[in-house]
Amino acid sequence: MFDREKWAEIFDTIGKNKLRTVLTGFSVFWGIFMLMILLGAGRGLSNGFAYNFKNTAENTIMFWGGRTSKPWQGLPVDRTIQLDTRDVEIIRTAVPGLQHIAGEYRVWRGESQLSRGKQYGNFTINGVLPESRYLEKQVMLEGRFINEVDQEQTRKVIVIAPDCRDALFKGEDPIDQWVQVNGIPFQVVGLYEWESGGRGQNQSSQVFIPLSVAQRVFNAEQDVDKITFSFSDASLEGSKRAQARAVAALAARHRFDPTDERALWANNNVENAAMFGQVFGGINAFLWIIGIGTIVAGIVGVSNIMLIVVKERTKEIGIRKAIGATPGNVVGQIMMEALFVTGMAGYFGLVCGVGLMEGLSKVIPGSEMFRDPSVDIGVALWATLALVVAGGFAGLIPARRAAAIRPIEALREE
Amino acid sequence: MLQLSAIRKAYRTGANVLQVLKGIDLHIAKGELVSIMGASGSGKSTLLNIIGILDHPDSGEYRLDGMLINGQGETENALLRSKYIGFVFQSFNLIGFKNAVENVALPLYYQGVPRRKRNQQALEMLASVGLKDWAHHMPNELSGGQKQRVAIARALVSSPKIILADEPTGALDSKTSQEVMDLLIKVNQELGLTVVIVTHEHDIAAMTQRTIRLRDGLIESHNADLSTLRADVR
Ligand SMILES: Nc1ncnc2c1ncn2[C@@H]1O[C@H](COP(=O)(O)OP(=O)(O)OP(=O)(O)O)[C@@H](O)[C@H]1O
Ligand SMILES: [Mg+2]
Repeated sequence: MFDREKWAEIFDTIGKNKLRTVLTGFSVFWGIFMLMILLGAGRGLSNGFAYNFKNTAENTIMFWGGRTSKPWQGLPVDRTIQLDTRDVEIIRTAVPGLQHIAGEYRVWRGESQLSRGKQYGNFTINGVLPESRYLEKQVMLEGRFINEVDQEQTRKVIVIAPDCRDALFKGEDPIDQWVQVNGIPFQVVGLYEWESGGRGQNQSSQVFIPLSVAQRVFNAEQDVDKITFSFSDASLEGSKRAQARAVAALAARHRFDPTDERALWANNNVENAAMFGQVFGGINAFLWIIGIGTIVAGIVGVSNIMLIVVKERTKEIGIRKAIGATPGNVVGQIMMEALFVTGMAGYFGLVCGVGLMEGLSKVIPGSEMFRDPSVDIGVALWATLALVVAGGFAGLIPARRAAAIRPIEALREE
Repeated sequence: MLQLSAIRKAYRTGANVLQVLKGIDLHIAKGELVSIMGASGSGKSTLLNIIGILDHPDSGEYRLDGMLINGQGETENALLRSKYIGFVFQSFNLIGFKNAVENVALPLYYQGVPRRKRNQQALEMLASVGLKDWAHHMPNELSGGQKQRVAIARALVSSPKIILADEPTGALDSKTSQEVMDLLIKVNQELGLTVVIVTHEHDIAAMTQRTIRLRDGLIESHNADLSTLRADVR
């Protein structure tokens, strides 16, 4: 295998039949190249979707109020269900194994303006409970998040993100400074960013104030838009049980049919993740099947071309045998040629494919649909190993055909 | 050197059986220069292939240098060929993508001779057939006579004991035929190799010490030209 003389002879043969070698290798190159692109694309899609869930903890459920679509206890359909602060406490007691729960009241940007002197900007304002920090993945860069005292005493404090700081403070340290929210002064207590580094689902930064303050400032009484809670049993069944308990409690209080799927909008992250896993498992399996099919086609191609080549080289092989090549020499030569050609072509395809995907992940801006399509290096290594084995198989049939060549038949004058 | 007794060989094509060799008894001594003649299809090449261990007789006994050649494996046959026999063919059978030296060096590769040494030996061998200046030419850049001389150099490079030539002048004009024959005669006389030449041409056969005539799968005659037979043979 590592006999220098042998390799020299093989390189000599390959080097002097370049076109043939390139044509033989191309199908394998293409197979691996396509596999890497497909896997990278699968990765990119999967990363893109995973990114959407990145800013909330994995084992959470969210509720938004909806409108009833089924009559219940003599009440008509199409009633608006408005969640409020009490619902937070109701769910807290109704769901066993509940870890954290938070309600929030959101004022969309456009309806709210932040200003400081002449600087101003529109940001989505989120009234939150202190526990929210366990449910969403903010990282504090400076200062602190909203705390219990802020909530209790309805202190007008605000936590902002770097883009808001840049818009209003022009490089000054914002902590303890004052900003106006729709004309009302708030003191900045913290600067945060999302753990993922992005802006979450909203593509614009949010600022946080205590829920109690939001309700008061925006005349929302006790209303909340959204309730998020986490629970200890992160299994799919566990999450469904927790959801059912919470829905039952809310249905009892707001008097709607617990089976009415429109009375409440629910988002169960565990369920999402499971579905997401299934979908991407499917997509990935599909991509693998196509990719492996392409490679197999490439290898069959190599085997086929090598067979034709062996046939074409019958005379040469016959000569080699007449002047002293043993069947072992001939098998070795054909096998190693096949191995070398598939190995090199495949490796080249691998490098090109992986390189392209790496390049793309640098160039393409990440979005919710597609981001970071780079191929797992472990997968790439396995593919290379598989290739070497495949190269051996590709060489097997032609090599045996070559070994069976009888010199007299090969050398008979036509 | 070569001893054949009652060699029979038939080819089967479909339902037909063509008995080509019908019991050949032949002895060729060490250092002999013999020719084999006979009509087309009389089995000359078949006989030469059996002598060269490229083919196997159906029955009979063949001894090469005293060894019984019988049913060895392909690998062993290859080693025997490489050690004992050099082939020269009518159509030269050089490898087209290798130049003259590389072609000549190839048998040494299969004997495991290191690259530098085999290239040097190949060059020397080419020089001795008068093709020193053509060493790095590809076969398609050589004339028929030159190609045949490269082929002879290749047959000689592994220091075989026997040269088997199947119509070596069949594709050459009379002048180059003469050059090739001179070379084979020189190989026979100076190196003492046993040389067997299959030919159609009487004047080629006349240059050998003995002519074996095949007819209908049997040896018709061994006309030894005793005047040219070297005294030390036998
Ligand atoms: N592999 C084979 N299968 C079937 N028949 C064969 C085979 N090889 C040779 N023959 C037949 O055997 C006979 C002898 O062939 P061979 O090649 O030995 O003749 P030859 O004397 O060398 O003829 P030529 O002078 O034309 O070269 C021919 O009739 C040929 O057709
Ligand atoms: Mg013949």
